Amino acid sequence: MTTAPYQQGPQPQYQQYTSPIPARRAHLGDALASEWTKIRSVRSTMWTLGVMIVLMVGIGLLAAVAVSASDADMQGESVLVLGFYGVLLGSICVVTLGVLTIASEHGTGMIRTTLTACPSRGRVLLAKSIVFFLLTFTVTTVTAALVAVLQAGLVGSGTTTGEEWLRATVGVGLFIAVLGLLALAVGALIRHSAGAITVMIGLMLLPLVAAMFMFSESLVDVRQVLLDYSIPSLLVAFYSDAGITDTGPEGWTSLGILTGVTAVALAGAFYALDRRDV
Amino acid sequence: MIELEGLTKRFGTKTAVDHLSFQVRPGQVTGFLGPNGAGKSTTMRMVLGLDHPTSGTARIDGKHYGELDEPLTYIGALLEAGGLHGGRSAYNNLLCLAQSNRIPERRVAEVLDLVGLSAVARKKPKGFSMGMGQRLGIAAALLGDPQILMFDEPVNGLDPEGIHWIRNLMKALAAEGRTIFVSSHLMSEMALTADHLIVIGRGKLLADTSMADFIHQNSRSYVRVRSPQPEQLRDALHSSGMTVAEEGNGTLEIDGATTEEVGELAGRHGIVLHELSAQRASLEEAFMRMTAAAVEYHAHDANAPQWAPKGV
Repeated sequence: MTTAPYQQGPQPQYQQYTSPIPARRAHLGDALASEWTKIRSVRSTMWTLGVMIVLMVGIGLLAAVAVSASDADMQGESVLVLGFYGVLLGSICVVTLGVLTIASEHGTGMIRTTLTACPSRGRVLLAKSIVFFLLTFTVTTVTAALVAVLQAGLVGSGTTTGEEWLRATVGVGLFIAVLGLLALAVGALIRHSAGAITVMIGLMLLPLVAAMFMFSESLVDVRQVLLDYSIPSLLVAFYSDAGITDTGPEGWTSLGILTGVTAVALAGAFYALDRRDV
Repeated sequence: MIELEGLTKRFGTKTAVDHLSFQVRPGQVTGFLGPNGAGKSTTMRMVLGLDHPTSGTARIDGKHYGELDEPLTYIGALLEAGGLHGGRSAYNNLLCLAQSNRIPERRVAEVLDLVGLSAVARKKPKGFSMGMGQRLGIAAALLGDPQILMFDEPVNGLDPEGIHWIRNLMKALAAEGRTIFVSSHLMSEMALTADHLIVIGRGKLLADTSMADFIHQNSRSYVRVRSPQPEQLRDALHSSGMTVAEEGNGTLEIDGATTEEVGELAGRHGIVLHELSAQRASLEEAFMRMTAAAVEYHAHDANAPQWAPKGV
């Protein structure tokens, strides 16, 4: 029917309901408390971080035992470099958790409830990022420190400097937590857990794998850039002054590069979350 | 109070919500009715600030949703698709919501008790039945003890006991002076719950009226009469100026007449009657007539009845 809608005249006035619960102004701190409850109350957090700890400790110890049993020559490298392999594999767990922190909300429809409770989307993204960053930074740093101490005990620390210790523990913790934030931003942009995890693993491994097969003379420069700046190359810089290549970034420069990329991705994630319908 | 002004949402070339303007007032249950795809959920999502309107505004007590500081204490919503994390316990699902709005933690236990889920507070919602999931969603909506409650298709998939429970809950909440806005595609359900009715079709407002007015204006009443002398009866009715429709087996239907008129007329002409009864066409029928032009997807069945059987 195409008739005009019929509308009714004014209605009687009612006494509006007022709640006995006192309303208190909510701020970022409340969003942080909320996100902390969320991240600690799902199994995926325990699983991903648990597997990461097992990988870091297990592979780190195996490497140290192997080196000490064979009396292998460390070729001037610090004993701490033995921690690298465990962290590289463990980083995939952190990436998974970073993606799940936000993409699982899109998957379950929880994001609608979350944004209904907190219409400031920037606050939601910021609270998620802070909680996730602090949790992964703490877990990674503590585990890396534990592994480093065990390895130094098994192999002997030699001439390792304080600066090297700092990079292999706090530095690695920061790097992995920022990498996780990048995954969180990708999760917010793609809004699909499996898709975002695939993208992140591709981002971490493809440049290095692709570089291995670039035999052509004309691609030599591209190959060098990929080798210098792939995520494993950036990570190895925390352990060894030599790195995978001689020309790549060293130590804290790696962290700066990754932080820059992550900041851009998070800005994009904020823009997308703010503009999109959910 | 929820106020919509020229609210419009386009997805590409398709207009899902088309210049909707209406108010949802406190102290009553307002039914939001329309066929599937009419734009009910999109409208509700825009009220909650989840979807951005193409044009127009939706306000809650004069404010945009985004301007509410602790929105859960103003408005609680039950959205169609769950909206909670299946792997997080019922208690923690509600706790993280409460924390984000500075609602005291004791409210979590209170609302779980209110919806009858205290026994499964520590269980995960993915193992819940549809009815339990719906109750948990309602608990989340009630968490901030809000003045306004919005339910999107709350009775979908519920058993009769659950439907009965939600119906009474909505009425009780409205009686406390709250604004209740509930969507449905079932007229029969709304007839039992709503005091006020807003009908949309293809995103356009079709009716904004009190339930009583809607019933009064839209339910066709007629008299059904059965006689072994149908020809004589029909002639008698015709000669007294009544409109008669023949239904076979000697049954006649007379629009706009009373049983008294028909009975007395038959008596005067000495016609035997086997049945004489007052009938009302269903509200479902009225609703379907109103939205017939606005139904998104018709079933392609030439023999399908134009609308549902009578008898609501």
